[in-house]
Amino acid sequence: MNLISLTPWDLGLAASLVLMVALLSANMHLGVGKQLLIAGLRTVLQLVLLGLVLKLIFSYVHLGWISLMAVFMLLIAGREVMARQKYRLRGWWGFGLGSLSMFVSSFSITVIALNVIIKVEPWYTPQYAIPLLGMMLGNTMSGIALGQDRLNQTAWQQRQVIEGRLMLGWSWSRSIADIRKDSIRTGLMPIINSMAAAGIVSLPGMMTGQILAGTEPMEAVKYQILIMFLIAAGTGFGTLVAVWFGSRRLFDERERLRLDRLKTS
Amino acid sequence: MSLHLVTITVMNSLKVKNLQVLDLQPWSLELMAGEVIYLSGPSGSGKSKLLRAIADLDQYQGEVALALESSQSMPGHSWRTKVALVPAESAWWGALVGDHFSRYELPQLQQLGFDEEVMGWQIDRLSSGEKQRLALLRALASWPRVLLLDEPTANLDRDHGLQLESMIDGLCKQQDVAVIWVTHDREQQRRVATRGFQIVDDAVCEVKS
Repeated sequence: MNLISLTPWDLGLAASLVLMVALLSANMHLGVGKQLLIAGLRTVLQLVLLGLVLKLIFSYVHLGWISLMAVFMLLIAGREVMARQKYRLRGWWGFGLGSLSMFVSSFSITVIALNVIIKVEPWYTPQYAIPLLGMMLGNTMSGIALGQDRLNQTAWQQRQVIEGRLMLGWSWSRSIADIRKDSIRTGLMPIINSMAAAGIVSLPGMMTGQILAGTEPMEAVKYQILIMFLIAAGTGFGTLVAVWFGSRRLFDERERLRLDRLKTS
Repeated sequence: MSLHLVTITVMNSLKVKNLQVLDLQPWSLELMAGEVIYLSGPSGSGKSKLLRAIADLDQYQGEVALALESSQSMPGHSWRTKVALVPAESAWWGALVGDHFSRYELPQLQQLGFDEEVMGWQIDRLSSGEKQRLALLRALASWPRVLLLDEPTANLDRDHGLQLESMIDGLCKQQDVAVIWVTHDREQQRRVATRGFQIVDDAVCEVKS
């Protein structure tokens, strides 16, 4: 397959379309023009930077550099999970729990996929490892953020109910069981929806990119299915870990509800 | 016989030693099995906080023990099964009354004017008085040894209030349940309790009669 290389001119044309929308918005006083331009600029800068880093990493295949990149991605994702929550755990827990659950799910599943399913040699070959991990992190991130946000917010609102149960001698786990269940379901909803709608309502982004870059459709489909399943598994494990430990953290060793461990952003 | 009685009394007595919440001075108390004491004080003075601490729902300084067993010697939920707090405002989560009861055969149901059909009633349709009586009843379903009642008759008319008082009286006499009863009503204090404590400024003082 021949790959049509994009010239700066092509991208400039696409950029001018965005610029037109921004101008239109300024004329109509919609107030999103500035945001749109800044976001567009960030896209260019961040992606170019990523491209340079990837180029560098692809040319020096070394586990150390790749690990460094992976850890960096994980930390950014952990920060993002925390920032998306209205009520979040105080101190290191807020950041740590999100990052830990993503580490457990995204990292382990990416490593398994590289070693057992794709069987690329060496397993940390950056062309496979980095995009795969990025996709895993990006998606498990939303699941974990949604699940934790739901958990903390519901616990905050239902404080009376939870304590009412504690007063009847219920254990901490039983007292928050329905809220936990609800939060896990919330975290898993996006991936369930996107698996159900894949190929009918939406053409998944990765597959679109691969096909545009010249891959044979069936090959792109196989990779997309693999990615979907990995994401579903990663989001599932990640959300379970985050919501389970998050709900435990809302109680202390005496099984008291400790909402003082949450803070509002 | 007398030895037997003494044993039971020790077995069920609630011991509070240097309990401290908010800015209140440490409070100590020994409550015998079957005894009822009242606790009063201006709103916001810490009555509810004291009850919450005894039920181990809030952090506190000091020691609380039941029948010589420290609250810290067992998991929180086991403690709260024995020392049940019934707050002034109860929370309900299920659709039906029965969803909140661990058992339906409660002799006290009848004493408060209900029968077992109440388990099928919808929570949405309960009056505040019914909620208050049912909140007390659901706490009894786990056989608590100590009851911490926070203004349990606040939403009840006089007749229902008296009915509740005599039901509690029966529990204390027949099952040796001990009660800390928060109430401002002087008449009620005299009727239900043998001794009383009042929060004055920052201290919990025993009321001399």
